[in-house]
Amino acid sequence: MMIIDFLARIGRLFIGFLGTAGRLSIFTGVAVSHCFRPPFFPRLLLQQMISIGYYSLPVVGLTTLFTGMALGLQIFEGSSRFNAEGSVAWIVAIGMTRELAPVLGGLMVAGRVGAAMAAEIGTMRVTEQIDALTTLSTNPFKYLIAPRLIAGTTMVPFLVLIGMIIGILGGYLVAVNILGFNSAGYIQNTWDILETVDIVTGIVKAGVFGFLVTLMGCYHGYYSRGGAQGVGAATTNAVVTASILILTANLVITQLFFSN
Amino acid sequence: MNDTQPKISLKDVRKSFGSKVVLDGVDLEVGRAESLVVIGGSGTGKSVTLKCILGLLRPDAGTIMVDGEDVTRMRGAERERVLNKFGMLFQGAALFDSLLVWENVAFGLIQGQGMRRGAAKEVALEKMAQVGLGAEVGELGPAELSGGMQKRVALARAIATDPEIIFFDEPTTGLDPIMADVINDLIVNSVRSLGATALSITHDIASARKIADRVAMIHGGKIIWTGPVGDLDNSGNPYVDQFIRGSAEGPIQMEVLRP
Ligand SMILES: Nc1ncnc2c1ncn2[C@@H]1O[C@H](COP(=O)(O)OP(=O)(O)OP(=O)(O)O)[C@@H](O)[C@H]1O
Ligand SMILES: [Mg+2]
Repeated sequence: MMIIDFLARIGRLFIGFLGTAGRLSIFTGVAVSHCFRPPFFPRLLLQQMISIGYYSLPVVGLTTLFTGMALGLQIFEGSSRFNAEGSVAWIVAIGMTRELAPVLGGLMVAGRVGAAMAAEIGTMRVTEQIDALTTLSTNPFKYLIAPRLIAGTTMVPFLVLIGMIIGILGGYLVAVNILGFNSAGYIQNTWDILETVDIVTGIVKAGVFGFLVTLMGCYHGYYSRGGAQGVGAATTNAVVTASILILTANLVITQLFFSN
Repeated sequence: MNDTQPKISLKDVRKSFGSKVVLDGVDLEVGRAESLVVIGGSGTGKSVTLKCILGLLRPDAGTIMVDGEDVTRMRGAERERVLNKFGMLFQGAALFDSLLVWENVAFGLIQGQGMRRGAAKEVALEKMAQVGLGAEVGELGPAELSGGMQKRVALARAIATDPEIIFFDEPTTGLDPIMADVINDLIVNSVRSLGATALSITHDIASARKIADRVAMIHGGKIIWTGPVGDLDNSGNPYVDQFIRGSAEGPIQMEVLRP
């Protein structure tokens, strides 16, 4: 009996998972299709672009700056064990562009933007504002979700590009001011090692992460129910699922880019 | 389209949430340019009925016709076309808190009808004046208003596009008696002067008497009585009698613990 109970529970979990996966797929399909069909809401799109791109700059900038500095110190300490101190510039440059700026930037945006979206859309759901939109012949996917998805997918790459530059700058500051590197030499090393593909991977990742973060924020907000508590749960779920998806997608994209 | 065809008709509409049956076969007709008021106890499914007609909730069974078209299976653009005929006052106002008050009122004009913002604002201010709100209120956010003011803004938003069909979910709840009467007049006017069809929900019997051509009472998931408003006092239905007397004694038993 115990075994059957246990199997039944696994079965129910699995069916629940399939249900959620199906609902999320349909939601994603509908949301994306509305991004490409008029009417568009340029005013709302601009508003979202500013809120995602501009207002996330300080958070992403600080994160990448400090990470770049810490990375510089760590690599110097590690590489000096086999007399390879010269690799600091290379490793900071490649680490920042390919991995750290996109992943950390994505996670910070998930905490800042994804949470806010889930809370805002969730509140609109539980206070019937989404129903009101529908009765005023405005499709909530077009009005609420499409502008956010487009803004997330296009602005996070810009944020991350700036994050890359600031991160590399952080490594440079540490190297020149604390570790005694020659300024011109460090810049020359960074410049020599960086290839287009490093930047491109980082930017592609950032676009995917921006899409995932806004998708999770909108999805959890849209399906939230049950008052303030429900909105709180939606916010948490938006951040947690976005973070997990970012880390998973990061691995997949890295694999795709560098496996051949 | 002939004149005898009802504007809205519900046949055997059923809706449950989980195991909880809310609508258990609702039959209801609203005639063209008629004002029907639905009365009934709290939690009997009045708001759910309106949401089913608007397609915000999908009924489990039954048909809902608007102008002779079955709306229960409509999607996308077709549904949007039908929704364009409606204005809805939500019980909880449901104002967009990211927009100013006048933008709320003008929303249907700007988004739905593609009116320019300037022109839409003029119409919005005029509608707000009809519900007793001055132009200065238009520049506030919904969160800065009292509950009764929010209700009136929501009312102005519902009538702003001069819709063919207007749903009022408890239009006078939370208003002082004088403002309630102003709103009653406004509803009567919208129906008389614009020829709109109105479906209202209220607990306020005085308001029902004023705005209704016909009254329907919902109880136990069904419409148990309908009749002209003049028959309200001699309906011969013990449920209706108890409801309009507002008495705790009668066939409707509230699930409360009595001392
Ligand atoms: N989205 C929903 N999910 C689950 N149950 C719901 C939902 N909406 C309504 N209900 C249930 O349906 C029943 C009827 O709700 P409804 O809002 O229609 O009541 P009402 O007649 O409008 O009451 P009131 O006069 O208090 O507004 C309630 O018991 C409510 O719990
Ligand atoms: Mg209600």
